[in-house]
Amino acid sequence: MISQTGIAANVSETIQSALDYYGYKEEELIPILTRVNRDLGFLPQEALAEISSALKMPKSKVKSVASFYHMLSTKPLGRHVIKFCENAPCHVAGGREVWLALQEATNLQSGETSPDGKWSLITTSCLGLCAVGPVMLIDGDVYGNLTVEKIPEILGRYE
Amino acid sequence: MKNYRSMVLISNDPQSMVQGAQEIFDCFQAEVKKFKLEDEISIAMASDIGRTDISPVVVVYPEAVVYGPVMKEDVPHLVEEHLYKGRIAVELQAPKKALSGPIAWLTAREGSLPAEHRIVLERAGLIDPESIDDYIIHDGYQALGKVLSEMKPEDVIAILKESGLRGRGGAGFPTGLKWGFVAGTKGEKKYVVCNADESEPGTFKDRLILEGDPHSIIEAMIIAGYTVGADEGYIYVRGEYELAQSRLITAIQQAKEYGMLGSNIFGSGHSFELHVHAGAGAYICGEETALLESIEGKRGEPRPRPPYPTTNGLWQKPTLINNVETLANIPAILRHGADWFRSFGTPSSPGTKVYTILGNVNQTGLIEVSMGITLREVISIYGKGMKNGATFKLAQTGGSSGSIIPASLQDTPMDYDSFSKAGVSLGSGALLICDEDTCVVDLAKVLLQFFRFESCGKCNPCRIGNIRALQTLNRISEGLGSMQDIETLQSISKNLYEMSNCGLGQTAGAPLRDILTHFRAEVDAHIKLKVCPAGVCSMSGQSNLYL
Repeated sequence: MISQTGIAANVSETIQSALDYYGYKEEELIPILTRVNRDLGFLPQEALAEISSALKMPKSKVKSVASFYHMLSTKPLGRHVIKFCENAPCHVAGGREVWLALQEATNLQSGETSPDGKWSLITTSCLGLCAVGPVMLIDGDVYGNLTVEKIPEILGRYE
Repeated sequence: MKNYRSMVLISNDPQSMVQGAQEIFDCFQAEVKKFKLEDEISIAMASDIGRTDISPVVVVYPEAVVYGPVMKEDVPHLVEEHLYKGRIAVELQAPKKALSGPIAWLTAREGSLPAEHRIVLERAGLIDPESIDDYIIHDGYQALGKVLSEMKPEDVIAILKESGLRGRGGAGFPTGLKWGFVAGTKGEKKYVVCNADESEPGTFKDRLILEGDPHSIIEAMIIAGYTVGADEGYIYVRGEYELAQSRLITAIQQAKEYGMLGSNIFGSGHSFELHVHAGAGAYICGEETALLESIEGKRGEPRPRPPYPTTNGLWQKPTLINNVETLANIPAILRHGADWFRSFGTPSSPGTKVYTILGNVNQTGLIEVSMGITLREVISIYGKGMKNGATFKLAQTGGSSGSIIPASLQDTPMDYDSFSKAGVSLGSGALLICDEDTCVVDLAKVLLQFFRFESCGKCNPCRIGNIRALQTLNRISEGLGSMQDIETLQSISKNLYEMSNCGLGQTAGAPLRDILTHFRAEVDAHIKLKVCPAGVCSMSGQSNLYL
């Protein structure tokens, strides 16, 4: 993920490339937001404003879509984003204990970002990897068959 | 196309990727080149063959030898022995007892495990999903050719009606009837939509179909377009399924090059365009009208129904929406006929169903079996029994919007009619098997937490009801419940069912109803005795207001 100072510099460029790829169409709003979110790490207010004027849509509408979908974030996130599956199949397979351990290890509650900007901890709905539950995603990496003991070692891999 | 003498498949499920499947793939390519075998041997990555305890898995065809777990260091030896000298490297073969799920299907012929019947997963894991030639060799696009050259739209609908195929997304609506509705609606412009927003907790059947056999969905959608009179289609894939998206995009590109997609397909006069639309993380978009809103670029909030999508769908045009698993059945039915399809399953629910087996069993995974199998059979045969010899307490079917099924119903055949008679629901096919250490109050909390998180917030019963139910359950699990809370839960469950706008809210109350019907004594113990019989709830006596 790009540091926050870098965002302002390339925000227009990122939006432009998404618009060129998908076209200036209202129905392409979600793919455009997804791509900008992926490239910038989140959707800053100025990006939403720029997209709304490019697509000739009210800002309120762009923001209402951006805040609706879980994969889009309107807030800056940490350098590493932990997504923990908190659904029943992972819960029954021992996810409850792992989730408590994860909260303790990062000293974060669900939805929080650490003050030093290293971690964001969020829960996610089913990732479809239930056969190896409990499961979490850190950035793009999948970790399955989690146990409380594995947590410190896995977190230690990230700078 | 080229003729290969052998094919090597390397599992690339997330688990295998973590264990270095990509390196193994690269290593295979390098070694094969070393022996100058690159024109004789094809190497591909494939999902649906990996198994957690023997992954990464390597399958070598035509002998169908399964190696696993394979390390990078084993590759030179494997290539030299098996591919160059033609001798099976016995010491690297996966132990037979470890073979189950998708791979057991290969060994089932030897009678080691009860055979599955694979229709929708017929090719998944056996072909290279990124090769249209491979699909065609395995009977692919045959049904499309037959439909376009020999059949009228009404013939297709007649066969589907006769086959008794019912929607596999959860509701079980007769597919032939739905196709007939859209075909019968007048309109210049119509759409076909594939609902691949698979987000039911515990369900990953659609992912395996999309990743393992993407062309089967494309073929079915072209046939659907011809039958209902639509010339454009969308596949709505959930945002998290990136591999499925890229496989579909590749497959669509190949189908275009081969003339299966585009204008005037096979000179039949029928034209069809297909788009992949990725979601962005919202369970509610699996609801068909919310899905349509999302394709249009809006918030995924369900529309009031009626009017139904069959008349007022995408951009208010008549639209056919089918689940991935439903569509994957269609080419096979058209190839083999309705009678063949009816030879599987039960009279009211013909065909097969893909189930994911999860929870406290010895073997989790995915199976495709005839409709009408019982839970007891699933647990003992495919789940290889309960973990640690525990006792089966309940199963939760079909993700969160399914039912909680007590052990007393474990011999009820799993088909649409038997289950609806028993007052439970088959849902999407996830079977979360729970033992006695599972507390029903805790389980209901997890399910309600999910609905609270995923509720779109458009209508009040769902937005408020889920929060109230969760607060009440929290109180009970902390030992602060009163008998009044039981009435509160009952009324929330009833109101959710009767007053919510869409299926999410309507089923959100089901876990409450189910635990109060089947496990009332256990809930009462939390309230009257301040004890959690399973020892899961904290019963701390302190209110936990983390909402």
